[in-house]
Amino acid sequence: MRSMRFVTAVLCAAATLLTGANAFAASANVAVAANFTEPAKEIAGLFKAKTGHELVLSFGASGQFYTQIKENAPFAILLSADDERPKKLVDDGLGVAESRFTYAIGKLVLWSKDPNIVKGEETLKANAFNKLSIANPAAAPYGAAAVETLKALKLYETIQPKIVQGNTISQAFQFVDTGNAELGFVALSQLMPNAGGSRWLVPQSLYSEIRQDAVLLKASAGNEAATAFLTFLRSPEARAVIEKFGYALDPKSGT
Amino acid sequence: MNLHVSADIWQPIRLTLELAAITTVILMIVGTPIAWWLVRSRAWWKEAVAALVAIPLVLPPTVLGFYLLVALGPSGPGGALASLWGARTLAFTFPGLVIGSVLFSMPFVVQPIRNAFEAMGEKPLEAAATLRASPWRAFWTIAVPLASPGFLTGAILGFAHTVGEFGVVLMIGGNIPGKTKVLSVAIFDYVETSQWTEASVLALGMVVFSFCVILAMMLIEKKMSRTAS
Repeated sequence: MRSMRFVTAVLCAAATLLTGANAFAASANVAVAANFTEPAKEIAGLFKAKTGHELVLSFGASGQFYTQIKENAPFAILLSADDERPKKLVDDGLGVAESRFTYAIGKLVLWSKDPNIVKGEETLKANAFNKLSIANPAAAPYGAAAVETLKALKLYETIQPKIVQGNTISQAFQFVDTGNAELGFVALSQLMPNAGGSRWLVPQSLYSEIRQDAVLLKASAGNEAATAFLTFLRSPEARAVIEKFGYALDPKSGT
Repeated sequence: MNLHVSADIWQPIRLTLELAAITTVILMIVGTPIAWWLVRSRAWWKEAVAALVAIPLVLPPTVLGFYLLVALGPSGPGGALASLWGARTLAFTFPGLVIGSVLFSMPFVVQPIRNAFEAMGEKPLEAAATLRASPWRAFWTIAVPLASPGFLTGAILGFAHTVGEFGVVLMIGGNIPGKTKVLSVAIFDYVETSQWTEASVLALGMVVFSFCVILAMMLIEKKMSRTAS
């Protein structure tokens, strides 16, 4: 009899321990711009270890997410690759205005798998390649920045016939990574820590800053995991990860 | 009705029809001997070939697309082929899309032709043989006319399926207007960039097209069963 009671007590305690940690944990769906894939995974891991909250991450093109959110996609947060779409979501009445902030500032890189191809803007001027891969400029800000850079260098007209477009920056990367395009404009974060090859960090003066904004969506304003994550994203811990992946930070956005 | 759609809406349509037509012609030429062999052969590994041909039915197009991207590239056979005329890759080219479409739409052509050859049975060919017709002649004068509904079905399905193809072209196309930006990719683009008018015009066109294809298939089937009875 006594041993029975003991066993029951142990089982109860074990059950409490197992479920207790997650008793108050919530989960949130987060739409993540393709270029932020790796840092988002790492930050979500840290976030879960710290708060117990679970994040369900979806990766894709910001334009696609914007369209889906307008059609009530069940995302709590959008980590966009630009600042336009989060702003538009606020204007559309779908995003929480106060929640919007710049979580990262993207860096554009001209990259090739071949260690001898990319030497700087001279590589573009020399024009001795067949295909240049970029993200779709209409849907992805890194694509737009790539076009801006080419225009700033007055090379757009000549290089344009050689441009191939990936749907997202991940696909633009893939085209270079599989060797189908000799070089391409990708996000610096994609080359972290060691993609090899040759690269040229495009000077900021050639394209307008890629301010990547986060926004909380109104439908999920009460989601504890979502609000906690947005706070965590501004913490020094998360910002250290973001910086590690080659992004610049907006000093105003820290906690 | 006053719809303001951009003029470049026609370019993907023309390109898609061109791709589907070329793919269908190639598939009729390549698919017929494969279907014939699948019916006549007694090789024990025949069904393995049949399964291989049918794989695109269940394989996600992105998987096929990714393998193609590697295979068409500089380190794959496609790159070797492209180097013959000084190019590095077959990806991002129209011929590259044709290769992808042929693989992707193969089951939709081979299967109906195979079914038609099978339904025909051995008897007509045996009869032709006793009348001393050469196998070649028997094939052209007996098998092909008897299996013609299968050829028609295969051609329609192969064409329609190539028109609707999306994943593979997205992976190997590179979205180049006039060269690789086909209808499905154009629709995807318009949706992503919130150009609703263009998107819905093209999408509606696809719905009508698909309806016509299915209707045509049903009518052919109905006609076939009537002539059979």
